[in-house]
Amino acid sequence: MAVEKKKKVLSAEAVKEELLKKYPPKVARKRDKQIHITGEEDSSEIMANVRTIPGIITMRGCTYAGCKGVILGPTRDIVNITHGPIGCGFYSWLTRRNQTKAPSATDENFMPYAFSTDMQDEDIIFGGEKKLEQACLEAYELFKPKAMAIFATCPVGLIGDDVHAVARKMKEKLGINVFAFSCEGYKGVSQSAGHHIANNQIFTHVVGENDTVKMGEYKINVLGEYNIGGDAFEIERILEKCGITMVSTFSGNSTYEQFATAHTADLNTVMCHRSINYVAEMMETKYGIPWIKINFIGAEATAKSLRKIAQYFGDKKLIDRVEEVIAEEMPQVQAVLDEVFPFTKGKTAMLFVGGSRAHHYQELFNEMGMRTLSAGYEFGHRDDYEGRHVIPDIKVDADSRNIEELEVTPDTARFSPRKSVEQLMRLEAEGLKFKDYEGMMPEMDKGSIVIDDLNQYEADKLVELMKPDIFCAGIKEKFSIQKMGVPMKQLHSYDYGGPYAGFKGACNFYKEIKRMVTSKVWSGMKAPWEENPELSATYVWE
Amino acid sequence: MLLRHTPTEIKERSALSINPAKTCQPIGAMYAGLGIHGCLPHSHGSQGCCAYHRSTLTRHYKEPVSAATSSFTEGASVFGGQANLLQAIDNIFTVYEPEVIAVHTTCLSETIGDDLKQIVDKAQKEGKIPTGKNVVYASTPSYVGSHVTGFSNMVKGTVNVLAESTGKKNHKVNIIPGWVEPSDMEELKRICAMVGVPIIMLPDTSGVLNGPMTGTYEMFPKGGTTVAEIKSTGDSMGTLALGEWCSADAARTLDTKFKVPCRVLDIPIGIKATDRFVDALRIAGGTSVPETVAFERGQMLDMMADYHQYFFGKKVALVGDPDQLIAMTEFLLTLDMKPVHIVTGTPGKKFEARITELCKEKGYEPNVRAHGDMFLLHQWMKNDPVDLIMGNSYCKYIARDEDLPFVRFGFPILDRPGHQYFASVGYRGGMRLMEKMLGVLLDRKDRDSPEETFELVL
Repeated sequence: MAVEKKKKVLSAEAVKEELLKKYPPKVARKRDKQIHITGEEDSSEIMANVRTIPGIITMRGCTYAGCKGVILGPTRDIVNITHGPIGCGFYSWLTRRNQTKAPSATDENFMPYAFSTDMQDEDIIFGGEKKLEQACLEAYELFKPKAMAIFATCPVGLIGDDVHAVARKMKEKLGINVFAFSCEGYKGVSQSAGHHIANNQIFTHVVGENDTVKMGEYKINVLGEYNIGGDAFEIERILEKCGITMVSTFSGNSTYEQFATAHTADLNTVMCHRSINYVAEMMETKYGIPWIKINFIGAEATAKSLRKIAQYFGDKKLIDRVEEVIAEEMPQVQAVLDEVFPFTKGKTAMLFVGGSRAHHYQELFNEMGMRTLSAGYEFGHRDDYEGRHVIPDIKVDADSRNIEELEVTPDTARFSPRKSVEQLMRLEAEGLKFKDYEGMMPEMDKGSIVIDDLNQYEADKLVELMKPDIFCAGIKEKFSIQKMGVPMKQLHSYDYGGPYAGFKGACNFYKEIKRMVTSKVWSGMKAPWEENPELSATYVWE
Repeated sequence: MLLRHTPTEIKERSALSINPAKTCQPIGAMYAGLGIHGCLPHSHGSQGCCAYHRSTLTRHYKEPVSAATSSFTEGASVFGGQANLLQAIDNIFTVYEPEVIAVHTTCLSETIGDDLKQIVDKAQKEGKIPTGKNVVYASTPSYVGSHVTGFSNMVKGTVNVLAESTGKKNHKVNIIPGWVEPSDMEELKRICAMVGVPIIMLPDTSGVLNGPMTGTYEMFPKGGTTVAEIKSTGDSMGTLALGEWCSADAARTLDTKFKVPCRVLDIPIGIKATDRFVDALRIAGGTSVPETVAFERGQMLDMMADYHQYFFGKKVALVGDPDQLIAMTEFLLTLDMKPVHIVTGTPGKKFEARITELCKEKGYEPNVRAHGDMFLLHQWMKNDPVDLIMGNSYCKYIARDEDLPFVRFGFPILDRPGHQYFASVGYRGGMRLMEKMLGVLLDRKDRDSPEETFELVL
């Protein structure tokens, strides 16, 4: 017998009040500004990218995790050495599902390896630079990689080991590219700082190192795609089918050479706005490559993004090919959607993940007729919520000031505007928006609850009050939500499913969500004797 | 080949660790804290550590793991973390209402020199700790020891802060089970009940990290050692500490502070170690071993005899934590198997000596390394192949490349269920371990047999 869910009809305002009720006044005041209810002609601010409150159980990770785990993790041919005690290297070892496909079984793939200096007491007291140098030498001796990267952890920053000096020295000595990241965990307020530090260093030390131009008529980079569950493989399949050449991905299924030649592409397409929008900006300034925001999560979104890319190149051959591909792929998607729609229509979701995913996945839920009641980012900034037009108004606080901003000027030899100002203006007039992102909030229903840096207390309370049909977050949130009888879909690791990007990915996601929201498991919470606990005097079958 | 860059030729490394066989102290402290009833572990440092530890524990146990963090940013790292911890203590007691907060340091707060005792005393003075509630703490810098050390330090820290002596004995025996699974703690309690010895088990994660699904989420489930029980450990008749690395320090602290005599035993994995545990328990509790226990022992022995031919002479590679590995090595040797390559990441000379001594009785010298890593283990295996590998989930890369039967054992197990629910300790646990080993060894035999020798009965 299915347990009927009690759906209390609480207004968004009442839910917010409930969430804040238990906090000490100072905490409540801060959280109040980070919980936003979307309204008509919404122009109010949400507070984001601010410090996590000590003691409040956050979903966030650290700068090192953003730098080593997220950005550099998916690159297979760089030896990534974590300089620090063993933990950081251990936890970022194969845990983010960085799938990669080397062209052959003998090509470099260092991903299954965790490299660390395993700092000990004496290294903290006397300094760890000598050990780091020795570790680089040992790594080179064993693996002969084309590049090595060094990541600083918390204690390294405190004791003052100069990882950049070691990198420079090793670069000279070994004759390969060696670079370092000051990505100590305490920098910034979330993983976001780590993405920034990682991207800056890749931009400084790798992009532009190789001028070899790839063959192909329509050359693009895909920025902010991390190949969780094979998403990049599906995106690569579609682009190839359309005849679009992918010069690089930042950084799903990527290689050193891809980064090094990224400046030879003619268009940058940005998936995860949060993690990488500044790289697109810098590449435009330095090399003259325009960028557009795209999204390959959702079948409609994928079609729309392909059309945008075709529109940019403006070549009829490509425009036609893209339409052919969409026409070829969509019937299968529609068939799966027709099958799942009766089961998913009218159901509700909550999404708290990442710094773009919580937005992108709403497209997929919309396609299934599901409404997102509440959503938020773990490490988003205001522009990810409200759109890029707020960037000039964002106050730069002390924590953000710690993250280096690169001064970029046009490259004297290689700057070449891919489109003239007139061409760009014409494309804009035709509806192709450059350097634009409207953010998550304008696309959500009015009266939805948007929460920045959601914590465990609020997550549990939200589920209790609003009983969504599905909740999406990460591993730390998964099991407390499920204990309450609500299926929880991990959108960092995809629960080891996927891909969910592109056309095939959309089909996978539809089926997966249908499986989850129709599962009988969730109705089995009460045993028969708990449903009808009355005692009877005799055995009924006698 | 997933680990295609691992060469057969072994070169000594002095600085680079590759594929570690250990992780850092705080995760052990967090796990130990979860074994206290109503306890919220707290990580004093930047928030990434807490996120990583919660994620890893959650992936291993498939259960909610709640823990808070001081969320240091650069300011706290420069000026000290006192303000963050005081604020955290206040917020935690207000919002989550735990009975106990178990605070551990990270490499960050250790390096800047935060003094937990001083900060907790200050919190107490400022009224941030409600009456009847407690804050226990341990110093767990990540650059010393390993996750095992962190577990041990938190158990010791808890006893240090909470245990007391009333002068009146409680007629119980303390069991410090070490870093074992919730299922193992449950099994140890069952054995103690069978032998008829009243015990206090500290920590006890059974019922916390293998809980049921009920439709409501309890941040603090029914399980865990209560504060009253922990206080009472100072009044116990004695302590049995299982595992030198994980449990001995807390037991010795009770001995020193309250004259509660202790014995340090191996974790009861395998028949001999279980025998020693049951015997020590009987003596400590002044009872006799009932027929039910002897019956289970006999069943285990029966299974050992029935399948001896498939265990005999099989070479094994082992990786894991010292307490588990010592007991496991002894067990495998009892089965006439041959553990030839053994690596733990946790430092300690005694480990190598003990393993070597165990194997010596069988007349061979194993490759053994404390403070080794899985890269080295793999290289040893390439030079001298084995029939079976046992260790945590990371072994699956080696197992696949070398085409080897693999039994998951230890921490973390990220890709299979069961360890939370089915014990490895005691006689029944031993039978389960044998079942798992036979499962993979006999599957392999079936797979490799030519058609004419493919047998129905094994």
